[in-house]
Amino acid sequence: MAETHILTNNQSGMQPVQIHASEKKINTLESSFNRVHGRRKRIQQVLFMLFRTAAIINGMGLFMVVFFIAWNGWEAVTWEFLTQAPTDSMTKGGILPCIVGTLCLGIGAIFVALPIGIASAVYLNEYARPGKVLRVIRLGINNLAGVPSVVFGLFGLAFFVTWMGMGESILAGVLTLGALTLPVIIGSTEEALKAVPNTYREASLALGATKWQTIHQVVLPAALPGILTGAILGLSRAAGETAPIMFTAAVFFTPTLPTSPFSKIMALPYHIYVLATAGTNIEATRPLQYGTSLVLIALVLGMNLVAIVWRARLRKKIK
Amino acid sequence: MKTDISVRIVFFTVALASIAILFMIMVFLFMEGLPIFKRVTLFEFMFGKYWYPTSSPPDFGIFPLILASIAVTLVSAMISVPLGVMTAIYLAELAHKRVAEIIKPIVELLAALPSVVIGFFGMVVVAPFLQNAFGVSTGLNLFNAALMLSFMSVPTICSLSEDAIYSVPTALKEGSLALGATHWETLLRVILPASISGISMAIILGMSRAIGETMVVLMVAGGAAMIPTSLMDPVRPMPASIAAEMAEASFRGDHYHALFATGIVLFLFTLMFNIVADQIAHKYRQTGEASL
Amino acid sequence: MAGQASKKDQIKKEIMTEKIKIRARHLNFFYGHAQALYDISLDIKSSQVTALIGPSGCGKSTFLRCLNRMNDLIPISRVAGEITLDDVNINDPSVDVVMLRRRVGMVFQKPNPFPKTIFENVAYGLKVNGVSDRVFIESRVEESLKKAALWDEIKDRLHESALGLSGGQQQRLCIARALAVEPEIVLMDEPASALDPIATQKIEDLIGELKENYTIIIVTHSMQQAARVSDRTAFFYMGKLIEMDETETLFTRPRLKQTEDYITGRFG
Repeated sequence: MAETHILTNNQSGMQPVQIHASEKKINTLESSFNRVHGRRKRIQQVLFMLFRTAAIINGMGLFMVVFFIAWNGWEAVTWEFLTQAPTDSMTKGGILPCIVGTLCLGIGAIFVALPIGIASAVYLNEYARPGKVLRVIRLGINNLAGVPSVVFGLFGLAFFVTWMGMGESILAGVLTLGALTLPVIIGSTEEALKAVPNTYREASLALGATKWQTIHQVVLPAALPGILTGAILGLSRAAGETAPIMFTAAVFFTPTLPTSPFSKIMALPYHIYVLATAGTNIEATRPLQYGTSLVLIALVLGMNLVAIVWRARLRKKIK
Repeated sequence: MKTDISVRIVFFTVALASIAILFMIMVFLFMEGLPIFKRVTLFEFMFGKYWYPTSSPPDFGIFPLILASIAVTLVSAMISVPLGVMTAIYLAELAHKRVAEIIKPIVELLAALPSVVIGFFGMVVVAPFLQNAFGVSTGLNLFNAALMLSFMSVPTICSLSEDAIYSVPTALKEGSLALGATHWETLLRVILPASISGISMAIILGMSRAIGETMVVLMVAGGAAMIPTSLMDPVRPMPASIAAEMAEASFRGDHYHALFATGIVLFLFTLMFNIVADQIAHKYRQTGEASL
Repeated sequence: MAGQASKKDQIKKEIMTEKIKIRARHLNFFYGHAQALYDISLDIKSSQVTALIGPSGCGKSTFLRCLNRMNDLIPISRVAGEITLDDVNINDPSVDVVMLRRRVGMVFQKPNPFPKTIFENVAYGLKVNGVSDRVFIESRVEESLKKAALWDEIKDRLHESALGLSGGQQQRLCIARALAVEPEIVLMDEPASALDPIATQKIEDLIGELKENYTIIIVTHSMQQAARVSDRTAFFYMGKLIEMDETETLFTRPRLKQTEDYITGRFG
């Protein structure tokens, strides 16, 4: 306490006019302040340490998973592994069909979701006025974002596979994943549109451009990098999903690469699941499981990292 | 001018796509799910204690599955809520700007980890560990699933909570500090109360993500369709049941319909979570404006 | 207040208020690489109202926020030089900033009541400082609200939200909130700038009453306000202290041309 002596109220002649409260009252208050002060500081120290620990645990979580998979999968990932089809009832060989399948599904889903997502975001951000309609649309988007992935799978099965008669196929999987990534695309596109300064719009409108011309010629080009960032995020989301393609597109095994939109395909996430839970020999294929996981993580986190870095740069530029 | 109006109409129509998809999801879930209620009553389905869809005669009671979903979600919330909110507080209030700029992308990457990889991690790392450490018969159980699910919901809880904490006006913080409150007291008594609705929204959305998550519970929950009695019991939450059994269910048989009906229940659960979150967000915005 | 005081009165006043409460010596302040305050040295006397005036961006608010170390919140800021409060350097590492802020209260430019009840707002400082005696808190809340001339208006709705008060009432609530923890000094950062003339009048009256018991430092962009409420005035320009004197002297017989230009320019 000695070092904080100046902070205790020294009454002796410091305040020449002292009429509003008795000295005694102030002394009680003062001593109570001092009594609890050490404890207050300790509580703060302990809690702040706790918060810091929580953040560290979070970071550790990611590193643990990534490190563990990378450590165990490193040796399995060879050139042959990436360029060959599985052999010997999927206990040996590579994962080329899975990589191709995942890329087909992911890119296809973006092709479906991107135009719809951009148009939705343009409507929400540029045209819509606040009101009931807007609120209902937003509620719809938020709820779509919250639909469990397995329910998307059920929907794909009932609608695309059965009702539309596409059968289990790339097309059905792409459309299902497209529906799932739509909210992601809308969200990031809206953010990109919001980042376009209003002065751009005003300048264009003041030159006599119509609203559509303004959006088309000025707003969208300015927002394009942000929109593409969102597209990458959506692509990585679609590539990592398993449940939606289980019933709509993916199969345990197919020796050939896809030839048409109606082919059934293999995909990385589903391959991991199959090998880890239902393979012919779960223990023997562990290296394949680690290797496939490593490839999937590298693909997904790599895309995310690109998007995050790109977005950080964009934000800096705008500032 | 004319093109402008037609462009507007086109955009509006496309913007309805999300609602249309949501609507279609409901329609097709109900179309394929409702026929089960010709076999069993709604009450039997929801509160039946036995899920033996393939025995004869089959039992279609999803009560154990519902309970498993709720249990897994609640236990995971017990882990993810403190972790997520505390990390959010750290990021918004304590961390240096440089440190925060490193940790935030890490949290985002955590959110991007494919669920199947987290499930795989739970199977090959956490399960053996639990089995050895607690001497239980299987490491694939409720607790493992909850732990892995918190991986999935922490990023949601953390980033949304951080936004909420960050948006509390600096004036309030300064007002409290100027009165001789410590930083922690300011947090506890001013900043957190002012951001509580945003944080609750974050928690609800995080739990919604956990309850709907499929691959993790499919791979690590253990898969026993029983009412759990302890943390180390294997369970079979709704999404796991759907994903595991759909392949073997005969097309448009009773089992198939029952799985779709389970999907309806799951869908309604998450819909409820999301609508509550939306209500909170809406209310929050209104009071936010009124107080300015 | 602007009336001619006799020489005798002036001497008497000086004897009464000679105690120097705050002393700043060669104070420099930086935001990152930008310097905001240059070599400020001044004394603030006990139980007086000191006004800080100057054009916006002149550093007067920055200086004020140095006095309760509110600038600590800005990570890239740096202070050089010395500020002493009752002869102890407030930037010394051994000084606890929480206790400092308890002694040096602050009222902000925009009223910032917490989204709590009126009662809770005033009781806040006491509670965080460890006072748990309910009766004592109640009496102190009442006393503080009376001092802030707000009690009569709101005594029947103590437990309603503070956000329901008018801007002027909110600001007086913030003053009551600051007074409740018995500070010795009250810093006011343009406390009336967001208020209408009637509410401003009330705040100014209040400052006049409070100065008997507290050392008050007020930042204001209104020279009329400074002239009305303060005993001494400091004129800041471009981060430098240009001139400081008795308010009456500064406004009628400024020593420096720069001060005179500013004052006459404004007074038109």
